[in-house]
Amino acid sequence: MSRKILVPNAVNGLMQDAMYGRASRRDLIKRGSALGLSGALMGSILRFNSVGAQSATPEGREWGWSLTKPEWLDVDLSGVTLSAVMDADGTGAPFTQAVCDFFAEQTGATINFIKGAESATDRLTYYTQTLNAQASDFDIFQVDVIWPGILAVHAEDLTDIASELAEVGNTFFERILTNNRINDVQVSLPLFTDAGMLYTRTDLLEKYGASAPTTWAELEEAAAAIQEGEVGDGNGNFVGYTFQGAAYEGLTCNALEWVYSNGGGTFIEEDGTVTASSDQAKAAVERAMGWVGTISPSAVTSYMEEDGRQVWQGGNNAFHRNWPYVYAISQADDSDLKDKFSVGLLPKGDGEGADNAATLGGWNMMVSKYSQNIDAAKVFAKYMCSFEVQKSRSIERSLNPTIAEVYEDPDVLAANPYQADFYPVFDGGSVARPSSVTADLYNDASVAIFTVVNELLSGQQDDVSAAMDGLASELEEIMQDV
Amino acid sequence: MASGDGMMDRMAPPRVTRFTAPPTRAGRDQERLGWMLILPTILVVIGIAIYPLLESFRLSFTNYRSSRPDRWSYIGIENYKDILGDSTFHTSLWNTIVFTASSVALETVLGMIVALTIHSNFKGRGAVRTSMLVPWAIPTVVSSLLWSWMFHDNFGIINNLLVDLGFTRFHMFNWVGDPSTALFSVVMVDVWKTTPFMALLLLAGLQVIPEDVYESSRVDGATKWQQFWQITMPLLKPALLVALIFRTMASFRVFDMIFVMNGYNTSTMSVSVFAHQELMAKQRLGFGSAVSVIIFVCIALMVVGYTRMIKVEEQ
Repeated sequence: MSRKILVPNAVNGLMQDAMYGRASRRDLIKRGSALGLSGALMGSILRFNSVGAQSATPEGREWGWSLTKPEWLDVDLSGVTLSAVMDADGTGAPFTQAVCDFFAEQTGATINFIKGAESATDRLTYYTQTLNAQASDFDIFQVDVIWPGILAVHAEDLTDIASELAEVGNTFFERILTNNRINDVQVSLPLFTDAGMLYTRTDLLEKYGASAPTTWAELEEAAAAIQEGEVGDGNGNFVGYTFQGAAYEGLTCNALEWVYSNGGGTFIEEDGTVTASSDQAKAAVERAMGWVGTISPSAVTSYMEEDGRQVWQGGNNAFHRNWPYVYAISQADDSDLKDKFSVGLLPKGDGEGADNAATLGGWNMMVSKYSQNIDAAKVFAKYMCSFEVQKSRSIERSLNPTIAEVYEDPDVLAANPYQADFYPVFDGGSVARPSSVTADLYNDASVAIFTVVNELLSGQQDDVSAAMDGLASELEEIMQDV
Repeated sequence: MASGDGMMDRMAPPRVTRFTAPPTRAGRDQERLGWMLILPTILVVIGIAIYPLLESFRLSFTNYRSSRPDRWSYIGIENYKDILGDSTFHTSLWNTIVFTASSVALETVLGMIVALTIHSNFKGRGAVRTSMLVPWAIPTVVSSLLWSWMFHDNFGIINNLLVDLGFTRFHMFNWVGDPSTALFSVVMVDVWKTTPFMALLLLAGLQVIPEDVYESSRVDGATKWQQFWQITMPLLKPALLVALIFRTMASFRVFDMIFVMNGYNTSTMSVSVFAHQELMAKQRLGFGSAVSVIIFVCIALMVVGYTRMIKVEEQ
């Protein structure tokens, strides 16, 4: 480590703290003045580390201004050092740093915030390599919603933490919590969430006298009527429905919604049974094939999030499936769509067991089994996922809470009124990708799913029954390797 | 030089003569010094080229996954058997061959036209030569994104222009997603990007052809057409072959442009995109290494073929 090169004196210590992100700008100035450092020197330390540039929110307030202390947080962790891998360097890091500082202030612990890799693949590789070596390089780490199955063997059980939080009125959404439970062990706790949702142009529904669709058949009907009307009015580029149809993870998320909402399961069920060739699954995919070139543009087979979002944002789209981030952009003051749309659950199918479905995204906290300070690490994880921090995370970073009560908090609703609209989606619709059961082979399964579905949508294959049977046997082969 | 044929030998490549140290003490010392001086280079080459290559070979006979560092074993040629039976690999190999053949052919013809044009004397030649290189200078990821937006069905400029010109069937046309035009679209972008590079290599070849050859042929009454086929083409052949080697190798390994424009879509998947899918998305290091080895072998064969052609050319 490079820190050995520096002579251990107070000034170098302060510089290191600033460089490793352990000291905020305020700390630096406070400690710097006590040491009698000149303003110019402190300025250069600040610039060197760009601490100063990161320490203010867009509203000009200090990051973490809304943090409050949970009543249960009265433990003394003096002398304990915890390392936590969380946000990548970027927009999220300053807030998380502020949360760490706040926790350190309250408990006396030293929190070493390690910035995770931006790329999910790189980060997963880092986790698996470190954890396979049973190294205690980090105590707590942030995991993607599809990773609990992969990393479960290295995780400390957090069941007691979840029930302690429930006792103080912090209840997580049940479906999200279940996704973080592997073989009845609570391997991680939900930090914030994302889910697929339907954006609807309410002004156009009104114009054409249609009501908000609750089934796919209703959506098809309304989309076709609005598209026909708008194209007739001279907007030749208008399309009824856009979603993510390119061959990538996003299509797996969309296909899961079609199939699950049609009562067709989740391709692979929790007990390992492959259901991709069920009649309802085939019917759901066949329905989606019918959209391409009719209510959806034929290029939807190469659409990722932003391709469709641009069409929606340009006002050329009646119904749009996307993640929560689209809301803030569409509702911005300079957006043509401001106050002309609503957001809600995606439609249901009409098969047996049809139910609303919104593919789950988001991040969770895991505590490493190999930590030297497991109890302290659990307290930190509990704090990061608590009502108080989720509330601040929602207010300052607009990330979606995983605790129902946060959606009723007046401060949250004042800052992000739209989060009230998301609540029913997270509460009633969220469905997890089959990542727990496939563990580290999830990506094999996902590639198989999106490849076949994309080939069907784009007409490279046209026999849906044969293609889905082929997919099912491919998934069965993968399951044998798990 | 061993041979002293003078004039006749001037154009031939330098012959490598094996250096044998004289059997004296000083000679042995000198030889040892020579080895010591070259040792760092050898170590670096072993470290950054030979070792990773051998490691890829080794991995290609295992079922190693980066998520399972403790659970792997040697499985012989199982991976190679699986690849040869994998329909996605067949598609990607076919795509790569079509992509390489059509983009290299188009780039060569267009590059030749451009090179001949800017080789001739005209006003503003310097500016044209420089600005011509702009597509080549733009990072591939940037130009791929740029073209994706231009190909966009709804607000892309290509469809809008075609429709404005009266070709209404291109209304909301799906260039990159439609399997019948997908490969064509990526070939177009590659041609746009790489023609300047081809032109530059050919221009360098044109510039070393002595002007007096043309003069004497003019005296003999050769037409421009005859000059091109009888003088320019034969003398340009070495440069052309080098350019073809570069382009074929690069096209066969194409990854970034296709990945940015169409991801893992099978209609445009190249063998490198297939390898990426196995190595990165699925973390199948063993299987993915076997794919990489196959790509390596294909390219090695191409290089051998081309160098043979150059040798024949030189004799």
